[in-house]
Amino acid sequence: MTQPKTTNPNNRLVLKLVGIVLGMFGFGFALVPLYDVFCDITGINGKTENTAATYTAVDVDESRWVTIEFLTRTNSGMPWEFEAKTKRVRVNPGALNTVEFYVRNPARRDIVAQAIPSVSPGTAALYINKTECFCFNHQPLGAGEEALMPMRFYIDPQLPEDITFFTLQYTLYDVTEAAQKNAQSTVAKTTSYLTDKNG
Amino acid sequence: MSTATEHVGHDAEHAHGEHHHGAPAGIKRWLFTTNHKDIGTLYLWFAFIMFLVGGAMAMVIRAELFQPGLQIVEPNFFNQMTTVHGLIMVFGAVMPAFTGLANWLIPMMIGAPDMALPRMNNWSFWILPFAFLILLSSLFVEGGGPAFGWTFYAPLSTTYSGDSTALFVFSVHIMGISSIMGAINVIVTIFNMRAPGMTWMKMPLFVWTWLITAFLLIAVMPVLAGAVTMVLTDKFFGTHFFDAAGGGDPVMFQHIFWFFGHPEVYIMILPAFGIISQIIPTFARKRLFGYASMVYATASIALLSFIVWAHHMFTTGMPLAAEMFFMFATMLISVPTGVKVFNWVATMWRGSMTFEVPMLFALAFIVLFTIGGLSGLMLAITPVDFQYHDTYFVVAHFHYVLVTGAVFSIMAAVYYWLPKWTGRMFDITLAKWHFWCSLISVNVLFFPMHFVGLAGMPRRIPDYALQFADFNKWISIGGFAFGLSQLIFLALLIKACRHQGEKVSDQVWEGAEGLEWEIPSPAPYHTFDTPPVIK
Repeated sequence: MTQPKTTNPNNRLVLKLVGIVLGMFGFGFALVPLYDVFCDITGINGKTENTAATYTAVDVDESRWVTIEFLTRTNSGMPWEFEAKTKRVRVNPGALNTVEFYVRNPARRDIVAQAIPSVSPGTAALYINKTECFCFNHQPLGAGEEALMPMRFYIDPQLPEDITFFTLQYTLYDVTEAAQKNAQSTVAKTTSYLTDKNG
Repeated sequence: MSTATEHVGHDAEHAHGEHHHGAPAGIKRWLFTTNHKDIGTLYLWFAFIMFLVGGAMAMVIRAELFQPGLQIVEPNFFNQMTTVHGLIMVFGAVMPAFTGLANWLIPMMIGAPDMALPRMNNWSFWILPFAFLILLSSLFVEGGGPAFGWTFYAPLSTTYSGDSTALFVFSVHIMGISSIMGAINVIVTIFNMRAPGMTWMKMPLFVWTWLITAFLLIAVMPVLAGAVTMVLTDKFFGTHFFDAAGGGDPVMFQHIFWFFGHPEVYIMILPAFGIISQIIPTFARKRLFGYASMVYATASIALLSFIVWAHHMFTTGMPLAAEMFFMFATMLISVPTGVKVFNWVATMWRGSMTFEVPMLFALAFIVLFTIGGLSGLMLAITPVDFQYHDTYFVVAHFHYVLVTGAVFSIMAAVYYWLPKWTGRMFDITLAKWHFWCSLISVNVLFFPMHFVGLAGMPRRIPDYALQFADFNKWISIGGFAFGLSQLIFLALLIKACRHQGEKVSDQVWEGAEGLEWEIPSPAPYHTFDTPPVIK
């Protein structure tokens, strides 16, 4: 670009505008973590924590009951049978509870599953603390195998008074391909992501 | 019959100003041109060709929907038609047409010799045909073109789309780069090239609205580029931006897309507001009522457009508080928009109105755009949106604001400035036929869509329940008539480009004011080599 001197103010302005453009391109991608942080704080997308909480003997609020309904579904193309052994529980906030989910892989191949939780109404997601959940890890099942998967949780007594009932839904996704790719790439790096996560 | 003021003397300056003087001949003139008028013409013709191509796709859609059942095209091809129709009309017709008008008019309106960055201007136009060549060619690859709607929601565009998605993504990238370069050029031109004395609050409203539009463009087109890039990597490179199984979130796609998408809506209407604000005072023979409030209203609309995006997503299960926020923020936009409509009406109040063709289109714009605005207000109400969402009511709404809004304003602009560009009056009889045929058919086309939408007919579906059959027949007839009416426009434009018709004066229209009406007609190839004196 060999421009005469007179365009210098133009060049300066162009640089600033290109800066805005690049900044906004970056902002588009920054929206991804921002969205996660925002949802984490407000709980509006109904996602529960992805890491185990530790249960410290909180005061159990025995005067209050919350009903939780468990729903299960599988993503399209995912052949597993997936069922909540307990469809609905009534719990006291603060008390530790265990529920179990039944899965069976009827397919003729090994499949790795990932369960994704979704809570409705979304704000309740902030108050479910899971000390143990099958949704924290990939769940592999061989062809024809079945399993019972536990989930231990307690409800934070801070749960807003107006929430007396909510649903927790798990959707199972077939992540076999991604898990294999991951394993291969991490094997190459000598640390296995899967064993790390599952171990 | 001609309502233009009498043609004045054909002096030496006029002869020198003939279009072909000072411009190289042949194809090289158009390929290598850095002249804002040439580039404006290229943009406008390109937009018009795309308007006809996208319109042809709409004809396929309406032919299929003429009666219930599947007759003419496969559902997958139908989906490709709705998708590519939307993409072409938004990025290929409306936006380039406004950029073409900006190129032609902004330098002439602010007394600048050309755009500030003429070489980039050439690039920003010439990459555009390639973008649409890529998009259109994707219709012919195996598996067909994009069929996920112009909004390309994930996972439709990631998990369930064909390989041609890559072509779609690259074409959107190129379109984005083109409009960003165009916007940068507009901003630099307006900031640095105004004639001495052309202060901010003396700028014509078309220049003001385009300046604000250009800022919207550089703010949100990069976000669109980011969104399509994420779709590309999700689909082909194993990322999980929108894939819940990998920790992503498909609803996040909608947030990112509409963060671009809602300001985009105003990108397509703010220049229209500017055009109408130029035309109404001319034919009402009064100064524009409330100039300053028009500027502030435009800026308010632009700012508000960044905080209303989730009104496209009321049914995704947002918390009540968020739905209330987006509902009220959206309704707030009707305040500055109402200011504008009020000002246009107040400009006409007790004016000496005449009804030349540009004025007819401008008046139709005010009435019909307001209808589209009101149906938008209805859609903004969260509880009723649950019923209207994804029905033909939405289709009716955005076609009223985009066809009888943006497209009518572009037609008004072309009729208003065409005599200045060619130096001759267009064929007024043809123009009136074009206006009345378009006006009647466009309402036959889009108004019944409100009814079928309220009755529950979903959008983007190639078949429908029998109860919608009669209305759809009328809608299709209106659609074909509107499509044919545009051929009148084509004939008129070809005649105009062949320099047929009566010569016009420099001012062209009796009440026209502004720098572009003080230069000779047709506008010389180079204008304002020495800056004009601003009163």
